Amino acid sequence: MSILGHRVLRKEDIKFLTVGGTYVDDVDLPGAAWLAYVRSPLAHARIAGIDVTRARQAPGVVDAVTAQDVGLAPSRMDADEIPEVMARPFLATGTVRFVGEPVVAVVANSLAEAVDACELVEVDYDPLVPVVDPSMALDDDVLLFPEAGTNVVTSIGEPNVEGVGEGSLFDGCEVVVRQRILNQRVAPCPLEVRASAATFGPDGRLTFYVSSQTPFTMREDLAKMLGVDEDRVRVIAPDVGGGFGAKIEPYPDELLVAWLARRLSRPVRWTETRSESMLGIGHGRGQVQYVTIGGSRDGKVAAYYLEVVQDSGAYPQIGALLPDLTKTMLTGTYDIPKAGFFSRSVVTNTTPLTAYRGAGRPEATAAIERSMDLFAAEIGMDPADVRRANLIGADRFPFTTVIGTQYDIGDYQGALDLLLEVSGYKELREEQAGRRRSAAPSQLGLGMSVYVEITNADEGTEFSSVEIRPDGKAVVKTGTSAHGQGHATAWSMVVAEKLGLSVDDVEFVQSDTDIVKSGIGTFGSRSLQSGGVATRRAATRVLEMAKDLAADMLETAPEDVVADPAGGGLQVAGVPSARKSWAELSGAATERGAPLLAEVDYEFQGATYPFGAHLAVVEVDTETGKVVLRRMVAVDDAGRILNPLLADGQIHGGLAQGVAQALLEEFRYDEDGNPLTTNLADYTFVSAAELPSFECARMETPTPKNELGAKGIGESGTIGSTPAVHNAVVDALAHLGVRHIDMPTTPERVWRAITAAAP
Amino acid sequence: MKVRMTVNGVPYEDEVEPRLLLVQYIRGMLGLTGTNIGCDTSSCGSCTVLFGGESVKSCTLLAVQGEGAEITTIEGLALPDGRLHPVQRAFRENHGLQCGFCTPGMVMAAVSLLNENPHPSAREVREGLEGNLCRCTGYHNIVEAVLAAARSEDLS
Ligand code: FES
Ligand code: FES
Repeated sequence: MSILGHRVLRKEDIKFLTVGGTYVDDVDLPGAAWLAYVRSPLAHARIAGIDVTRARQAPGVVDAVTAQDVGLAPSRMDADEIPEVMARPFLATGTVRFVGEPVVAVVANSLAEAVDACELVEVDYDPLVPVVDPSMALDDDVLLFPEAGTNVVTSIGEPNVEGVGEGSLFDGCEVVVRQRILNQRVAPCPLEVRASAATFGPDGRLTFYVSSQTPFTMREDLAKMLGVDEDRVRVIAPDVGGGFGAKIEPYPDELLVAWLARRLSRPVRWTETRSESMLGIGHGRGQVQYVTIGGSRDGKVAAYYLEVVQDSGAYPQIGALLPDLTKTMLTGTYDIPKAGFFSRSVVTNTTPLTAYRGAGRPEATAAIERSMDLFAAEIGMDPADVRRANLIGADRFPFTTVIGTQYDIGDYQGALDLLLEVSGYKELREEQAGRRRSAAPSQLGLGMSVYVEITNADEGTEFSSVEIRPDGKAVVKTGTSAHGQGHATAWSMVVAEKLGLSVDDVEFVQSDTDIVKSGIGTFGSRSLQSGGVATRRAATRVLEMAKDLAADMLETAPEDVVADPAGGGLQVAGVPSARKSWAELSGAATERGAPLLAEVDYEFQGATYPFGAHLAVVEVDTETGKVVLRRMVAVDDAGRILNPLLADGQIHGGLAQGVAQALLEEFRYDEDGNPLTTNLADYTFVSAAELPSFECARMETPTPKNELGAKGIGESGTIGSTPAVHNAVVDALAHLGVRHIDMPTTPERVWRAITAAAP
Repeated sequence: MKVRMTVNGVPYEDEVEPRLLLVQYIRGMLGLTGTNIGCDTSSCGSCTVLFGGESVKSCTLLAVQGEGAEITTIEGLALPDGRLHPVQRAFRENHGLQCGFCTPGMVMAAVSLLNENPHPSAREVREGLEGNLCRCTGYHNIVEAVLAAARSEDLS
């Protein structure tokens, strides 16, 4: 019986539960100096002067450097869309553009001395007018980069100049609904903040420890910064305490650690504080959306248009490119005949935006799913019925949407039906009607979303190798870089299944660029369908090699060699005595000069599209505006599931983050660009107390795109849950005349909406 | 200043800076890096240890306040023969951890919670762990794990 598809406990857990993981801050680096940054207290200012004299003389201080001392060319994301002049300097150069931007790097013998010396650095700022609101950035009254002549980084599509009248997309619609929707800026908040540490060996090679999802990208950027070949750099991502997309792109303040270590000929380490992290690590979402949806009174949607203003923060990174993915997933699970999209990404004097769990797709889903509910409310139909009238049928895959995205396979109707059944939707609606009749202060709201998303969106390859060690155990080395997802267990299952080994007999290696030959990393729910498939192919090849070898040793045909049913080796089918253990095979292979090693660069066959349906049940206190999430029901289909334990874990985590965006979390600035939620006391990070236990049901529709049948599961929970919860809150108050409330639906916002809607 | 305390059954005596936090002492001077630091406002609970049997956030105390105390960190939780504590075991069996960063603090908080309330409801577990943040698990399996540990017989 195959181990795949079974609930296998994680082999990596014991360490975390007994001595804790080894994160960058735990790495022992004798003699290391500590780095701390002086950061900008202003959102927008010219730097009139910097004086580091006193800091340099402070006890224990080794160095204090400014942009001038560093003299490095700014780092720019490798994307044509991003203008050269908007590239981010390693340290602020001439101008500061957001609160928290690093200005001076101070290195000392101890962390306390480095922090103390930062206080002695004097920076003179001439304040400039800040631009905080992305909609105002569009006006170009104040420019972040005067050389660029505009705050617009990049744009997609055309504005809808025809509006909704004759000749427009909406020509002929009986009903047209429009709404401005804020998809607010949130802080990813991995529990481990950013950290890096650099040390040069006697051979002049750099070893760099960093909390990253992409060690190989990090190596590339370090080599570029130092002006050396990549083989002079070794990057190790040890245990990483969460990333959620925010640890994909290398940051200047983490890279500079290596530059300082070289300059000082001494190991240097850096771990930011949480308060620094809230400003330093990229933020997520940050879209202002304008939706228009039109159709007929029988529930058929005829046209949909989405305009987006994407906040990119002070320096454009991945955040500026999120609208591309929003556009890709524009019409969601629906067959909408006409659709349009227009986005502009703008710079503002705020922390740069980056990928955050879902990255551009949650925004697309939020827009279309809110729109479906707005449309349903307008025509007085149940939102489930409106969705059913427009879902793409299960018999229509592969399906190409009006925007040109080709979905691999799905059963959206099936997901919705299952959701309504397991949640007891009908009874919930009855309960809701009862509460409305009695005008109880606590009203019930039901909200749903039927989502589809894109995983493994980039083209390319991923690497894995499998080798049989002399002791007969296998070692898998992979280019993906797990940071909580459980790849050690999952990849070991893949190898164990192929080779007839136990999961514990497979050693798992990742995230060390000296040991793994190449790699891309872990993000965008890509790992199993890239690195996991590469691992399966490598294991398959090793098995073939071993069968040939065993056949030769046992003087039989390779076709007659099978895995020993008891495990641990190969045998001639039906002849248990004619057997070679993996250790024997490994030894023989090495002797013959052809070790049992297979290296695979797997070129994947395009993206996959997980889908599902989520229902949120909320109770809203109409007197106080307080919202309580009573139930969260999720049906998710990510193709064939390798390990349900891990898949459920991904869904749970995603659901919590999605709920958090709808109800609680928002990274806020005042109008001068001062951040208001700069630590975990002020930022309303979701806790156990605000959440229910989740009710999850699974569907498995295998994708034809890879031999595991697997799609990604890392982000689905977030993508589906945010609009479900958001819709539920509005639904609870619909009978009072409330049409829309922006996220997060805090008591204050809810209360205001109720008051404003009151006749 | 001089400070003496017992950590995981081992007596320590050290000269420390008066401003050194207990969590920094445990991590930096004792090398017990299982206890993590996740914030600077006493909000996340990553640094939770048992202090005289009760959970405290070790970033809220100075090292010198540990004078004479009996402290247990994640490294000292398993039984002397190496068997896992029921809470540790339940976290593994219920997939109560992902990246592992919140885990040591979360486990210590759960141990303390069950000491005070051996048979909590799911709601009580959620309220009891409110001060321990996790970004990965959505708390669902953490709650399952604590309830499972409460049911397990060898939780003395
Ligand atoms: S580090 Fe102590 S509560 Fe966050
Ligand atoms: S397991 Fe990652 S923060 Fe809890």
